[in-house]
Amino acid sequence: MEKRVVFRHAWLPYALVAPQLLVTSVFFLWPAGQAVLQSTQLPDPFGLSTEFVGLENFEYLFSDRYYRASFLTTGAFSVGVTVLSMSVALALAVLADGVIRGSGVYRTLLIWPYAVAPAIAGVMWLFMFNPSIGVVAYWLKALGYDWNHVLNGGEAMSLVVIAASWKQVSYNFLFFLAGLQAIPRSLIEAAAIDGAGAWHRFRTIILPLLSPTTFFLLVVNVVYAFFETFGIIHTITLGGPGQSTMILVYKVFADGFVGQDLGSSAAQSVVLMGIVGLLTVIQFRFVERQVHY
Amino acid sequence: MVTDNRVGTIVTHGLLILGVALMCFPIWLTFVGSTVTQREIVQPPLPLLPGGQFLENYRAALFSGVNAPVGRMLVNSTVMALGIAIGKIAISLLSAFAIVYFRFPGRMLCFWTIFITLMLPVEVRIVPTYEIAVQLGLLNSYSGLILPLIASATATFLFRQFFLTVPDELVEAARMDGAGPMRFFKDILLPLSVTNIAALFVILFIYGWNQFLWPLLVTTDPDMNTIVMGIKQMLPQADDYGNWPVTMATAILAILPPVAVVLLMQRLFVKGLVETEK
Repeated sequence: MEKRVVFRHAWLPYALVAPQLLVTSVFFLWPAGQAVLQSTQLPDPFGLSTEFVGLENFEYLFSDRYYRASFLTTGAFSVGVTVLSMSVALALAVLADGVIRGSGVYRTLLIWPYAVAPAIAGVMWLFMFNPSIGVVAYWLKALGYDWNHVLNGGEAMSLVVIAASWKQVSYNFLFFLAGLQAIPRSLIEAAAIDGAGAWHRFRTIILPLLSPTTFFLLVVNVVYAFFETFGIIHTITLGGPGQSTMILVYKVFADGFVGQDLGSSAAQSVVLMGIVGLLTVIQFRFVERQVHY
Repeated sequence: MVTDNRVGTIVTHGLLILGVALMCFPIWLTFVGSTVTQREIVQPPLPLLPGGQFLENYRAALFSGVNAPVGRMLVNSTVMALGIAIGKIAISLLSAFAIVYFRFPGRMLCFWTIFITLMLPVEVRIVPTYEIAVQLGLLNSYSGLILPLIASATATFLFRQFFLTVPDELVEAARMDGAGPMRFFKDILLPLSVTNIAALFVILFIYGWNQFLWPLLVTTDPDMNTIVMGIKQMLPQADDYGNWPVTMATAILAILPPVAVVLLMQRLFVKGLVETEK
């Protein structure tokens, strides 16, 4: 889209874009370029010089079983978070859409977890599930189940999935509710007159009409699980126990800043850039066309 | 609903209330934890009703904290969040205005350069961005907290979409009256954009306030901690018991401003969410 009527000026447009271009170049393009460069280098043990090694860092990375495990962990984590938060949000949205009065109140009460930072959400859930002092851990013990996510990898993964999903339910709820409210009542009533039960109506009318929203939320949730959940991992499990919650974005931090393996961290960053680029392209190409507000 | 069913309505409300209760439970428990003594926390189970230590714990948190007074951290967070929100909006307004309303060589190049930033959140470029921050002397400073985070183009994208919907007749009328571009920007475009600016401000403030990874890397002086990243350092490590009530009080204080913003400016918040994801 272009404007028909524009201004002509010799230097003003350059002055106007300058601040953003400057910040973008210094803090975005330059670091991104550096990451690509560093991914082809191997620093010596004392960090005094680097040696160009081409794609060796990447070869090493993909043959490293810990890195491949991290891919699987991240995949499992994203699937868990996406499925859990979207299904809970959809259920709540369907319920909220069904009440004649009060959907606004429920919306207010359900959207504010969005404002909680992932790191704080991590602290809150840690407080509830801490093996020695957590209330929920205590109740589980009373029921006979010994909860200890510090030792048990599966439990650690479950905890971070729940904490991450909890936060995302609000966001999904908002969009699902908007999507549901946009479905014309006449369609649903026509189906009811024709004798369709509630579940049948849901399956054949509401779900298909909701699919642009669903697809959009799927992409957003995957991006959230991949990148914005660093705070949750860092506060609850630090990637442990062992490597059971070492998601890709956390591994970049752990290898780069804690392990000081700059070449590997840079290579991992480049891989993540590729992934997020792909997700963004998917979002723009396939989703933007279909979502109408 | 199609059928007006009394039982169905009650069940629906019941389930919704249950859902709300489950969603709010962690926050309620955190609040309770912030109002009791350390002893009551360390000996589970935690009572489900608030205790009497509210004032003591919050005062301890605000003025001494665990390694930095929370009051100081709140100030840092506020400066950072406001800086990010205002900075991003300011540079995006200018860039979007230039890209939409001017023809100049290199326009499409600028457009794509700026929009490529949509693809990379800070988490994927932490090591090199950190190195640059070090080289520019930005560690432990507000600029270091703010500048690297205003680089992405979401706001520019939103303003560009909005400016494209502004009728051309307004520009024509302005030019006929002899107004230059900046006059048009100040007197016509900005007032029209106020709702979008406000909605975006809400989203960006929350985004800035909740930053964790970048402030963690860029600050080594506890005095520069922001409240969201400072929380991590307050958690008990290894054999340490920590100070759970004060930590919980800090958590509550850490979520108050963004939650207040979401609740008080709900309409703008929803608008901002919808607009930035398009």
